[in-house]
Amino acid sequence: MPKLLAAARETGFYAAVLFFVILAAFPFYWMLITAFKTNADLYDLSNIPFWFNQWPTLEHVRYLFTQTLFARWLLNSLIIGVIVTAITLVTALPAGYALARMTGRSGESLGIAVFMTYLVPPTLLFLPLSRVVSMLGLQDSMWSLVLVYPTFTIPFCTWLLMGFFKAVPREIEEAAVVDGCSILGAFVKMVLPVSLPGILTVVIFTFTLTLQEFIYALTFISSSAQKTITLGVATDLVRGDIYYWGELMAGALIASIPVAIAYSLFLDRFIAGITGGAVK
Amino acid sequence: MVAIAEKAARPASRLQFILDRPGVLGALFVSPAILYVLALVGVPFLLAIYYSLSAFTIYSQSYRFVGLRNFVDIVNDPVFRQTLLNTFVFTFGSQILGLILGKFGALMLLRPFPGRKLVRALIILPWAVPVALATVAWEWMFDSLYSVINWMLIALGIITRSHAPNWLGTPDLAMLCVIVVNAWRFFPFAIVIFLAGITAIPQDVLDAATVDGAGFWRRNYQIILPMIAPIVVVGLVFGIVFTFTDLSIVYLLTNGGPVNATSVLGYEGFQVGIISGDVAHGAAISLFMLPLLFVLVLVMLRMIRRQEI
Amino acid sequence: MSAVLTSEIVKTFANVHAVNGISLAVPDGEFMVLLGPSGCGKTTFLRIICGLERQTAGDVMIGGSVVNDIPPRARGVAMMFQSYGLYPHYKIRDNIAFPLRTQRVPRAEIEKRVEWASQLLSIGHLLDRRPRQLSGGERQRVALARALVREPTVLLLDEPLSNLDAKLRASARNEIKQFQQRVGTTTIYVTHDQVEAMGMGDRIAVIDRGMVRQVGTPTEIYDDPADRFVATFVGTPPMNLVAWNRGHVGFRPENFLPRDLIADSAVTEFSFRVDRSEYLGSERIVYGVLDGCDAAHEITAKLPPAHVAEESIRPGEWHSFAVRNSALCYFDYDGKRTNRH
Repeated sequence: MPKLLAAARETGFYAAVLFFVILAAFPFYWMLITAFKTNADLYDLSNIPFWFNQWPTLEHVRYLFTQTLFARWLLNSLIIGVIVTAITLVTALPAGYALARMTGRSGESLGIAVFMTYLVPPTLLFLPLSRVVSMLGLQDSMWSLVLVYPTFTIPFCTWLLMGFFKAVPREIEEAAVVDGCSILGAFVKMVLPVSLPGILTVVIFTFTLTLQEFIYALTFISSSAQKTITLGVATDLVRGDIYYWGELMAGALIASIPVAIAYSLFLDRFIAGITGGAVK
Repeated sequence: MVAIAEKAARPASRLQFILDRPGVLGALFVSPAILYVLALVGVPFLLAIYYSLSAFTIYSQSYRFVGLRNFVDIVNDPVFRQTLLNTFVFTFGSQILGLILGKFGALMLLRPFPGRKLVRALIILPWAVPVALATVAWEWMFDSLYSVINWMLIALGIITRSHAPNWLGTPDLAMLCVIVVNAWRFFPFAIVIFLAGITAIPQDVLDAATVDGAGFWRRNYQIILPMIAPIVVVGLVFGIVFTFTDLSIVYLLTNGGPVNATSVLGYEGFQVGIISGDVAHGAAISLFMLPLLFVLVLVMLRMIRRQEI
Repeated sequence: MSAVLTSEIVKTFANVHAVNGISLAVPDGEFMVLLGPSGCGKTTFLRIICGLERQTAGDVMIGGSVVNDIPPRARGVAMMFQSYGLYPHYKIRDNIAFPLRTQRVPRAEIEKRVEWASQLLSIGHLLDRRPRQLSGGERQRVALARALVREPTVLLLDEPLSNLDAKLRASARNEIKQFQQRVGTTTIYVTHDQVEAMGMGDRIAVIDRGMVRQVGTPTEIYDDPADRFVATFVGTPPMNLVAWNRGHVGFRPENFLPRDLIADSAVTEFSFRVDRSEYLGSERIVYGVLDGCDAAHEITAKLPPAHVAEESIRPGEWHSFAVRNSALCYFDYDGKRTNRH
């Protein structure tokens, strides 16, 4: 009997694992096969939808790259990502260091305050920001996003970097200062090289944050050529009332892959960074 | 020795080493970030408040102060009241569902089994992938004609094709769909939070509880849960804040419909303030998010303080 | 001219005086030890001399000039940290070269000095390794080499032996002292270990709660303590104190012997009941109480090697013990040493 019970417990466990995996991954599987199914196959209700009933095709991908502005959206997102990440690093690296080292008790509070701005909702800020954007003549341009995205990447990254810098032993900086560096010199020559893994993590996540963003992109941009990859795929692959599901799924798939890969590679680091700050 | 001693002997001007003073350098380091945030978050925030108290629309750009009239207007609007209710239902429904899934998911991932790494990578996907793209996939899965969910239900004999539900076109079902998609997005994050909290519990404490006679459930609810409460609450606060203010899922799945059944504050603010151009009322709608946010931030701060002690 | 001179240094952190007015003069070439219990302010004081902390009040002078507003790199100091602070991303060679690079010393000169420092500390074979590949003792020597390579005016050491295991500590103590004598750099050494202090220091400054209690040679500290704190802090087992005339009289355990072991006639006698004794091989520690004193107040006697195996000192019995009058220390009611009876 106990053996039976143990076996039942085991199967129950693996059933649970299967449940979670299907729950999480099925939509992506669905995305995947839809992207490569012919339209005839997709829109035939008598077919079993879970596998290919006709040979998989690249027609949707081809259409995506030749008949839509998909490639342009990819380029836009890349440019935005790189520039916003650069802006974020330049502001958040020194800020994170200052808050980690130089400011004591008031620094803690200031750090939390900076982080809190991350929580101010875009659905509140988009109204005044759209006025600011049009005043600067950036309406309907991807550069409006370059201006606005740092408003959430900077607070988040400052807080993350604060955690990473706190973990660097102080003595290395102090030794450098005694050995002849200024504080700035010690920061650049000692703290930054030693924190490289943490900084790399921050870079990856800033980039993915900019890729993920939808609300500001939706608000500020309407012409197709200026859209980001996420906005473009979600809104532009509809002609009138007709959804081009094959292309849509192909586009969603291609746009999702880099982010998914980045997350799985850096997840452990990222969690260590967050919880290192929150759970002392 | 002589060279360095001479350096110390030369009288130093106060300005020469100004960058070595932590106070000065610290302020310099922090200012770009603070200035950016003040200019593009702080000022717009105040501006939004001002808009809600004015009669500003993009057609008539007047900064005239009208007091609380906008708020009165929207509170009297039944669509807004529906929106407010929807937002709460949407938020708390999806958070609770997400938390439950997260809790059990975490328990499952605690135990090592072959393929655990792969399972972990797959489970992270809903949270990792951009919201809009995942939502579009769900949109396809709920499609009125080609829904794969309906296909499965029909194949299992639970319903017939003529009675196949129109998921996104039926008010209650649409709300359910929106809740499910949001919970689906949130539960990997909940798993991560639970795992982080549980693995931070020292093994000694769990061993002591076992020796003291606590079985699986008692250990779970009387030892583990209270100990991970702070970090779970912080994670929950994040989840609530981002769900309560979100518009992406609603915009892409249902466009607030059918008939405002799934309209939420963020979406309504967008519709009124951006699409229709009535900035004043839009701002008022969006500002309704603030009281809850404020309460949540206080709760989170309390939890963070508790962690530090 | 003193190499280091501090005048009334005060450092407060949020209403607490970590350093409460320390004036100290360290002559050129001296090995000065700052000795005191944890939290007494000795490390803070050292960091103020170094320039890593700024004093709330008072002046620091190095090599004759006031350095209050000058950062560490221009003060002519070098410091060895408790956990060494080696640069993990540099090879040992570059670790040692770093202080010279920041001073823009020409490359040939750098190589010469790195050679010299690594020879001095016998770490030449480690130059191409990285800190994480080295043992504790090796890392310590690298830290010392890095500190010495710029030939500083003052060398500051912050409890450098506390991370070593006990066996290494004794030999490391020896090495450090020998280097200092060979190279002749003025050195200030912080420790809470009085054995280290007594063994290494030319002079010792005993610090408690932010203030210097006494500065003197090891002999002066030990035989002529300025107050009760110094008397009981230095010496193992600590000095015995007995209430006397609104103050105390103190005598060290090794001076508290059976009456018939002391040849002198100028002695003070005590009736001493032995409660227990510890046989330590080279000595015997005897614990007991004095007649007429509180039974909970324990007095120690340290019997010399020749009498270690003495069977006549048995627990439970009353014995006649005595202390030479010249070895008695009198303290008045606020702890200061007095000469009166």
